Amino acid sequence: MKYLAQQAINALQLGSIYALIALGYSMVYGVLTMINFAHGDVFMLGAFFCLLLIAIVPVPFWLALIVVMGATAVLGTLIERFAYRPLRNAPRVSAIITALGCGLVIQNTTLGISPYARPMPHLLDNVTYQFSGITITTLQIIIIGVSVGLMIVLDFLIRKTSFGMAMRAIASDRATVSLLGVPANQVIAVTFALGAALGGAAGLLYGMAYPVVSAAMGITVGWKAFVAAVIGGIGNMRGAVLGAFLLGAVEVMTVAVLPSTYRDLIAYSLLLLILIFKPHGLLGKPALHKA
Amino acid sequence: MSALLETCHLTREFGGLRAIGDLSIAVKRGEILGIIGPNGAGKTTLFNLLTGIYPPSYGDILFDGRSITGLQPSRIARLGMARTFQNIRLFRQLSVLENVRIAYDSGLACSPLDAMLRSPWALLRERESVEASMELLEMFQLGSHVEDRAGDLSYGAQRRLEIVRALALKPTLLLLDEPAAGMNPSEAMQLTDFLRWVHDKFSLTIVLIEHHMQMVMALCDRIEVIEFGVRIAGGKPEDVKADPRVIEAYLGTEGELP
Repeated sequence: MKYLAQQAINALQLGSIYALIALGYSMVYGVLTMINFAHGDVFMLGAFFCLLLIAIVPVPFWLALIVVMGATAVLGTLIERFAYRPLRNAPRVSAIITALGCGLVIQNTTLGISPYARPMPHLLDNVTYQFSGITITTLQIIIIGVSVGLMIVLDFLIRKTSFGMAMRAIASDRATVSLLGVPANQVIAVTFALGAALGGAAGLLYGMAYPVVSAAMGITVGWKAFVAAVIGGIGNMRGAVLGAFLLGAVEVMTVAVLPSTYRDLIAYSLLLLILIFKPHGLLGKPALHKA
Repeated sequence: MSALLETCHLTREFGGLRAIGDLSIAVKRGEILGIIGPNGAGKTTLFNLLTGIYPPSYGDILFDGRSITGLQPSRIARLGMARTFQNIRLFRQLSVLENVRIAYDSGLACSPLDAMLRSPWALLRERESVEASMELLEMFQLGSHVEDRAGDLSYGAQRRLEIVRALALKPTLLLLDEPAAGMNPSEAMQLTDFLRWVHDKFSLTIVLIEHHMQMVMALCDRIEVIEFGVRIAGGKPEDVKADPRVIEAYLGTEGELP
């Protein structure tokens, strides 16, 4: 029982980070029905931006979080503006290849600058608390707290604000949105910025939790989050969060009972299995196309 | 003299096809102008050019005295040009209220930071937007459906909602693309009265594309007839109705309009 509770905390930690990244995939898919394959690498850069920042000035955690989110938001907007927007009306395949290409450029640039994995220094005094035999660290509380906080803010933003309404409207009919006076391109740019900021935050948190930062993170972790978004039903924000926590739980439980090399096998098998029975993901709806 | 909208030698080609050719028409402030013509005459293309969906190949569009040629559709909309569609294009997954608020809030949709921080300014604007949208919806007997998904409304209510949504832009010019499509004659006559009321109530200028001749004749101050993208006739409804070129375009050589 105690063991299970302990694993649940670990699963929440991993799930929170997956969820932050998965939201970025899902938001962009929601407005453009496009998979932003560079998103995992934006997540990876979040961790590197943090390394860079604290190498220049040793800032406290909160400040680092804000700066990293700002930097990745700018990066996300630039990617959208210069790589994706020119191809907005191009065939879908071109957009996908461009996204993959962007990811590879970011990844290999990072690899060029930093060929080896680097340790992430401590940003926090990590205190370990004990509650009747279950341990939880400051870091875990912060990771889960920050992630859940950001998710609540995003959910509010999408459901209640005029920006959120415009975003959901673009998802259903982009041309009509413009004819109602909404600058659709700006809304799309902000969507990318928000998604990238969440990805950057996840990069920083991941770097703190598993303190080795490498250029391959975008693939090893970022693609897992993509799987989570698909399991949940890509385009659906709550689905992305659900899929992420589910994937986090499955991975942690797998490692708890099987050798850790089975982890990805089980994770990707879960994806295949869920998609066989729910092709649109757990909360996804079949796409409604105009007749 | 007091033209609200003018097209000067407006031309649009798609590949080798000339959808609109050298079209110069003017819409006077406050009038209801009908645009008629056989299927494929280029009527909807004209609306798409006016609203900026695609740029003209040649020619100029003046709205309220300034050239709007080449502007983004969202800019043109915010200058006061709103439209509805032949096939209803509501945001079906969104609520009725949200459909209207999107148009009302357009232009400030991209300040999520402001909305997140719940500044008093943002809260005030939000209340304004909800109240104004509710008022419009109630005026059009949609007040009891505000929380429903737009896609769940009846066909007639969806048509009304599309007009409410266009009005939420506070337009000076309203472009209506076949508002009577799919309606029987008595519904179309009801719509005629309704549109006249909207026109007077909101002091609008209206351009109407419609095939329903009875409605066009009853509603419009003036009619322009286009065929193959070219203006072939124009004037008062009774003159247009008797014009042999119009009769020919519609019915072949001999015959009479209903």
